[in-house]
Amino acid sequence: MKPRVGIPRALLYYNYYPMWKEFFERLGAEIVLSELTNKKILDDGVNCSVDDACLPIKLFHGHVIDLKDRVDFLFIPRLISVQRSEYICPKFCGLPDMVVSLVNDLPTVIDVTVNMRNNNSSLRKAVLDAGRYITGDVVRIYSAYKSSLQKLHEFQRKMEEGLTPLEAMHGGKPSSFKEGIKIGLIGHPYNIYDNYASMDIIRKIRGRGIGIITQDMIRESEIDRIAKTFPKAMFWSFGKKIMAASEYLIDEKKVEGIIYMVAFGCGLDALVGDLVERRVRKKGVPFCLITIDEHTGEAGIDTRVEAFLDMLEWRNASKCW
Amino acid sequence: MLVTFPHMGSAYVTLKALLEDLGVDVLVPPPCTKRTLELGTKYAPELACLPLKINIGNYIESLEKGADTIVMAGGCGPCRFGYYAEVQREILKDLGYRFEMVVLERPQGNVRDFIDRISLLTGGKSIFRVISAIKRATGVSIEMDNLERLGWEVRPREIKKGSASSLMKSFHSEVHGVKGTREINSLIRDYRRRMEQVETADEDILKIGIVGEIYTVIEPFVSIGIAEKLGDLGVEVDKSITLSYWIVNHLIKEALHMHDKREIEEAAKPYLKNFVGGHGQESIANTVIYKKKCYDGVIQLLPFTCMPEIVAQSILPRVSHDHDIPAMTLVLDEMTGEAGYLTRLEAFVDLIKRKKEMARDHEKKLLSRG
Repeated sequence: MKPRVGIPRALLYYNYYPMWKEFFERLGAEIVLSELTNKKILDDGVNCSVDDACLPIKLFHGHVIDLKDRVDFLFIPRLISVQRSEYICPKFCGLPDMVVSLVNDLPTVIDVTVNMRNNNSSLRKAVLDAGRYITGDVVRIYSAYKSSLQKLHEFQRKMEEGLTPLEAMHGGKPSSFKEGIKIGLIGHPYNIYDNYASMDIIRKIRGRGIGIITQDMIRESEIDRIAKTFPKAMFWSFGKKIMAASEYLIDEKKVEGIIYMVAFGCGLDALVGDLVERRVRKKGVPFCLITIDEHTGEAGIDTRVEAFLDMLEWRNASKCW
Repeated sequence: MLVTFPHMGSAYVTLKALLEDLGVDVLVPPPCTKRTLELGTKYAPELACLPLKINIGNYIESLEKGADTIVMAGGCGPCRFGYYAEVQREILKDLGYRFEMVVLERPQGNVRDFIDRISLLTGGKSIFRVISAIKRATGVSIEMDNLERLGWEVRPREIKKGSASSLMKSFHSEVHGVKGTREINSLIRDYRRRMEQVETADEDILKIGIVGEIYTVIEPFVSIGIAEKLGDLGVEVDKSITLSYWIVNHLIKEALHMHDKREIEEAAKPYLKNFVGGHGQESIANTVIYKKKCYDGVIQLLPFTCMPEIVAQSILPRVSHDHDIPAMTLVLDEMTGEAGYLTRLEAFVDLIKRKKEMARDHEKKLLSRG
């Protein structure tokens, strides 16, 4: 029987899933995903984590609980840094430790460390370590890694064409919003693309005939070009992307307004959000900050988003005169 | 040029000594008060951590008094502290203040830039003079921490209640009158002698170790004076992180690649295998170490939304269970009310007192049987 590797549909799932899937399947494992985020997953996560943790971390714990009895391995990599001189977030550095402390009766946790802050060699080790849980064949692990890397690049290319990660995973087509209003939807991927946590914001905006551009749909080279102009290098990879993306979208006049979705309790968003808001407002572009947490009422979010979109449409209409 | 800096407990003593030795005009910010906090809460992002807010309050109060240059430390992540200065500068600029902000952080490859920043402050004094002043100021920070530590030892044992606290209070008012490392050092030593002379009773008392985020551990205003409060409840405290520890280990040894983290890493390893920014790993490791040193309990302090300490907080219950050491987490923010906080401290102290008594009774029984 194939070993079953469980991947929680939370946190970096939205950035790396196609890569992880290819890797483990090439090694002969079967991938088991947790359910899409739902009320039960949220409740389980909230109940088992500490009160002060942010929503995405709570959701991650919920997804782990959903998966743990159905799999032989749980894949919880410790992603400290994926780019030189940068970090993801302190909570990611201790993610497997938190899960192991808070959730009982876990299957074997594939806890490998990726820390590319100083050099890239840790990635090679992490790949080998992860592969060894499934097979001892080093050559096979390397070839699986190579083809998984290809999948990742394909996935990222598709997102740059304007697909959301979920569309890119399931073979969607680029949206047809060539004309008309576009808005920038920025925030941590696990906040904006998790349809339950984000209250389905992407579908709601598109349903109004308004296009969206997220930070993942912007070419990496553009992000890096803008990030170099910051007075101090931004040491959080997501923070850098979010700040640079908002600047790019405004300077290149790609969007009419920006919605920034943050999770309550997110340390990065608290600071990055403030910096982005100050910059965006100075440039006179409409800006809307939406905070989500485990209590967020959908009606309240809907009202705010609708009001913001109405305002953009009026603004656009009056410009035409 | 009138230089100011944010408050962090008694850190101002060291900073004042350093800047004065370098011949810089210093404005020590007014002590943290409710107004400081209110100013910070008003202008800082809502979900930013408490130290950032208090810093903002300190800056505003100093700028109002005529300061024009702010000295602040920096960092390179993953804790938010590394980006404090950027956010704070933006906030103050948008409020219309005119000032210069000098951020001192470990040079990222560009040593020249770091030296330039220092000479901007010191008016081009030779780098050797600067280094020797830093060395002397480090000495002040060690002396200062020793004085405070002595206070934590004396307070629960003193016969005339309030002696240690009143000595510390008078030290803080006198230190404003003296200048430079030499005078400050001699004042500290003077108070050390007076502290040693406080009459104490030799009792068997409870010991609590304080771990957590550095600012909340060091600044008594945000922890509502936890060391004094516990001392008054008859508990000796020890803080796992002090200013001199931070200066010696993080500033000096890390810059020279001499920082030995093995003890911390080993102690934390079964629970937290990695550095998580700030002092999260230290919080876990020090809990284990306090148990080894026979402390009766551990209190973790963190500002609301502190990322590294939330990781530690998630793991702490398991450490506490495995090592049989009571641990309590106190999350501090601008809403922290003194009464509720005191109740929790008292309850915790009662609990560990009872636990200790039970252990002693149990031991007696075993002995009488044997």
